[in-house]
Amino acid sequence: MGSFFIITSLLKIVGILAVILTMVSYAVYAERRVSAFIQDRLGPNRVGPAGLLQPIADMFKLLLKEDYTPRSVNTFYYWLAPCLAVMPAIITIAVVPFGSTLFGVPMVIADVNVGILFVFAIASLGVYGIVVGGWASNSKYPFLGGIRSSAQMLSYELSLGLAVIPVFLVVGNLRLTSVVRYQIDHGWFIAPFVGDWTDPWKWLLAIPMVISFLVFMIAIFAETNRLPFDLPEAEQELAGGYNIEYSSMKFALYFLGEYAAMITGSAVIVTLFFGGWHFPGIPDGSRGWIFGLINVAVFFAKVAVMIFVFMWVRWTLPRFRWDQLMRLGWLFFFEIALVNIFIVAGLMALLPK
Amino acid sequence: MVGQLSSFTFGHCFVIRHLSLVILTMAITVPRPRLNWRERLYLPAIVAGLAITFKHFKNMVLGRTKVTMQYPEQKWDSSLPDHYRGAPALVRDEDGRVRCVACQLCEFICPPRAIKIIPGEIPTADRFAKVEKYPEQFDIDMIRCIFCGMCEEVCPEQAIFLRKDYAITGFTRADMVHHKEKLLEIGGVMHGVVLKWNERK
Repeated sequence: MGSFFIITSLLKIVGILAVILTMVSYAVYAERRVSAFIQDRLGPNRVGPAGLLQPIADMFKLLLKEDYTPRSVNTFYYWLAPCLAVMPAIITIAVVPFGSTLFGVPMVIADVNVGILFVFAIASLGVYGIVVGGWASNSKYPFLGGIRSSAQMLSYELSLGLAVIPVFLVVGNLRLTSVVRYQIDHGWFIAPFVGDWTDPWKWLLAIPMVISFLVFMIAIFAETNRLPFDLPEAEQELAGGYNIEYSSMKFALYFLGEYAAMITGSAVIVTLFFGGWHFPGIPDGSRGWIFGLINVAVFFAKVAVMIFVFMWVRWTLPRFRWDQLMRLGWLFFFEIALVNIFIVAGLMALLPK
Repeated sequence: MVGQLSSFTFGHCFVIRHLSLVILTMAITVPRPRLNWRERLYLPAIVAGLAITFKHFKNMVLGRTKVTMQYPEQKWDSSLPDHYRGAPALVRDEDGRVRCVACQLCEFICPPRAIKIIPGEIPTADRFAKVEKYPEQFDIDMIRCIFCGMCEEVCPEQAIFLRKDYAITGFTRADMVHHKEKLLEIGGVMHGVVLKWNERK
């Protein structure tokens, strides 16, 4: 049992890492294509068929660039910061169930019983990469970006945590696999038509769940520094923010971290609100390995759709101002999330299970 | 006229200064529109924006959007107008003679001084001794050329024309200098009477 568990876990880790890194590089490509399409352009379409080899060319370009360390930086933290930006984003995926079972092996790397707490604990560390990088660069724009990032995290971490409490009130368990299991039995949280759609209690519960979903998604936008809240980066004001002084692979690590955080955020959203790897009509992996593979594919397809939503929002909305962001975080989303908890708790107390 | 003008500015100077004083001292309050609750919610505006961008995305995916020409594959050479100012070139006449008489007017008029001509003398025994000179060397530095067309305009013999070549490339600076052969190759043959070949003129 012991060696079997270790070997399967290692295989899963290697597999998921390969998938995530490939997704990151192709998310960059997708971002450029989606932004181009939204702006009536074509985007990168020269390297390979439809530009599909562009990420590889980009990777080589970044690897071959001069890795320059400015004289004035604090070298230790300057080197540490990009790693700090990447690690949390990739570690978080460990607790997210990305499939049912494959040959009897559950498709989750670590099915810990504090699932969502682990996600929040690790994902919040991502801000250190930006703050430390901004400070260690010893330059004004990165410093401002770092400060903005920390303030932004303070404003949004609260509503991020509070927004998902209704989900776990209903599920009664912090384990992410049980969230998925609950949604298979009772329908997806924001799509009550999945499964038994005649149950009025599900439709009633979907209203606070949609609010919860919106608040959570907006908080994830802020958490991953995506555009309506990309204040630390703010190309127009801060000329790139925290990553100005970085070049070559260290810059690429920041880039990787941003997109990995986006993928992880999408994966968490999909798990919490869109039923994870479940799709109506498709049985889980216990019926045969082909269904196990289909479940994994369904999960990543849902993640891809979420990533498209991230990009779509990015290329639609302008950036919020500094004070607007704080005001939104503290005066609106915090309250909405808080009231939402009470609504769900009241619903659960009033209505029969 | 000058007196009128100066008195005009003088007379209004006071007013302008007065106005600027007023503007400097008076705080301007820009009226902010009062938003109703639906506008303050921002969600309808955000949804409308998302709908617009999605429409653009969808049209692009379905191929309904007209995008810019894909340059190296598609070119607009066939629709270039006749007056297009591309690379300058020397022309021959229908009998294969170089029209240029090495008068060097184009060399003198050329604003960026891209043209260099070394004239040669036509021997007196030659059939065209009347023309006296021919260009022994005729170089146009295409790095310097600004495609202004003044050489074409100034040429008394209609020997230099701006053709439709616009993609002029080379790996070195020396590659970018068009010598006489290259110029004649681009130029080709131009029909029409030019007076210098006329024996009676």
